[in-house]
Amino acid sequence: MSQPPEGGNRSAPAASAGFDRPLLLTPREDLFGYVGSLTGRGVLFLIAASSVLAVFLIFVFITREAFLFFVQGETLGEMATFLWDRACEVFGSTAWHPEHGTAPEYGMLALIAGSFYVTFGSVLVAVPLGLLTAVCLSDIFPFGLRQVVKPVVELLAAIPSVAYGFFAVMVAKPWLQETFGIPSGANVLNASIILAVMAVPTIVSVSEDALTAVGRPLREASYALGATRAETLIRIVIPAAHNGIIAAVILGMMRAVGETMVVWMAAGNAPQIPHPWWDLTESVRTMTATIAQEMGETAHGSVHYHSLFTIGLILLVFTFILNTLTEVLLSRMKFRGAKS
Amino acid sequence: MRIQARWIVAGLLGATLVAGVLAGAAGAAEKEFLSVQGSTTVGPIADAFNEAFRRKHPDVAITVKKTGSGDGAKALVDGQCDVATMSRFMKEKEYQAAVEKGFLPVAHVVAMDGVSIIVHPSNPVKALTTEQVRTMYKGDITNWKDVGGVDQEVVLYSRDTSSGTYETVHKLVMDKEKMASGVEYVASNPDMHKHVSTTKAAIGYVGLGFVDEKVKALRIDGVMPSSRTIVSGKYPIARPLFMWTRGFPKLGSLIHAFVTFHLSEEGQEIIEAKGFIPVTNY
Repeated sequence: MSQPPEGGNRSAPAASAGFDRPLLLTPREDLFGYVGSLTGRGVLFLIAASSVLAVFLIFVFITREAFLFFVQGETLGEMATFLWDRACEVFGSTAWHPEHGTAPEYGMLALIAGSFYVTFGSVLVAVPLGLLTAVCLSDIFPFGLRQVVKPVVELLAAIPSVAYGFFAVMVAKPWLQETFGIPSGANVLNASIILAVMAVPTIVSVSEDALTAVGRPLREASYALGATRAETLIRIVIPAAHNGIIAAVILGMMRAVGETMVVWMAAGNAPQIPHPWWDLTESVRTMTATIAQEMGETAHGSVHYHSLFTIGLILLVFTFILNTLTEVLLSRMKFRGAKS
Repeated sequence: MRIQARWIVAGLLGATLVAGVLAGAAGAAEKEFLSVQGSTTVGPIADAFNEAFRRKHPDVAITVKKTGSGDGAKALVDGQCDVATMSRFMKEKEYQAAVEKGFLPVAHVVAMDGVSIIVHPSNPVKALTTEQVRTMYKGDITNWKDVGGVDQEVVLYSRDTSSGTYETVHKLVMDKEKMASGVEYVASNPDMHKHVSTTKAAIGYVGLGFVDEKVKALRIDGVMPSSRTIVSGKYPIARPLFMWTRGFPKLGSLIHAFVTFHLSEEGQEIIEAKGFIPVTNY
């Protein structure tokens, strides 16, 4: 837009295809069109900027509210001591009693551990399931079957999470109790299985894309060297698609980390670290469930209120890291795809 | 660039204006509104009152939300509801917040309620002492055989900490001591009922109105929870149920009619039908 259009520019389009207006507008030539184009651009810019702004403001808001949880005291020395004590309590203690009248405790270790337990539990189930389904879809199933299976798998993502939670409480919980004799069926195992089912569609569709992106030439080259289909899949296709597959797994993990309703209903909500650590039949409470459960009761501005924002910040940082990782891996996948 | 910025500002102002006009038009309805929020225990009473009111005053719209006593107090203080239903008294902090907002909360006792300690119907244990219940929730008794039951690990259920029922148990049973970390938290009385009725080794607690044949209420200190034992003060875990208003409501107003409805014959019948105990016992 650096150089204003002059006579030649104006006459050329008019001559060609019935354009009676110049392509580049100045207020003098066509005030209405000029204003219209500026308004249009302005509105579109605002719409595009609003989501970016929203993310930024959420970050600022949560950080500010969480920050107040760590600040107390008059002098700088006092504040530093308080901050250190708080940080030690938050990351070093499992005692979560924020509403206790005389001696509240804010140890978040059990809550963080709870989120990790259900997330990794679900990954353990969802990754083999999702990856094998993706391989079937991309390389093994005939075209017609694939057209049926893929939408059905993706339908899993459309079920509302509260419906999964209801299933967890009414079906999975009694089943775990009666079949395996576990005292309480609302536990890590239950939540992990349900979360895995919820993460499978994400993992399947992203890793299937990655497997397809590997391309026919690579597969044909492998067959030409005498490899069987199994060898081609295991030695060539899956390694070639590993960036996309890892990204798929991380996306699935993010689904599990951020999920609230299901873990609230299925994980039992006991703020503890299972003992011994591999005992998946014990109840845990996740960070998301804690926020959902306790946000309503806290007085605005109380210590408990700020402690919940601290949990939110921990979650946010965690998902932010996972998200960045996925972006990096997915862009690498596209880069490779473009090169081949 | 300067011209562009000006247009953006103008566009924004225009949008705000349109939104304001629309909002104003929507607000100009004729019905009289009353919003009630708070305890899941008092919720059924408020719901039934709402139904009775709708029959009598068709031009009245009452909404009842059941999210916990703490939520009710918070909403009342913030001006988001007209009546807060609570199964406990206001805490000092909540009262103070209300005073800072410029009003004094007034409590209306609408009914009495006992918190029943419940177990799965197949559990042979029929009675416990308050002391035993406290020791179980503290995590010191972990097996039912220690209190005369069969050999199975105790599964502890508690309401979440915003619940008034939790407050009552915290005060009257736990003696304000902290519960063990293995306690599982559920969000409402129906949830509690659902979990205890499907878990053989469970122990939990609900308001008296939620006990039915799918869960078994225990004798506490030798007393069965019932309307008679609660009114006479023999049953140890009992409490009044409240509706709170901002100041005493104007006589003849809708709020006044709502919070005094329990004094009418119909109101008392509703409270009894819901399994609670009316405050006036002739």
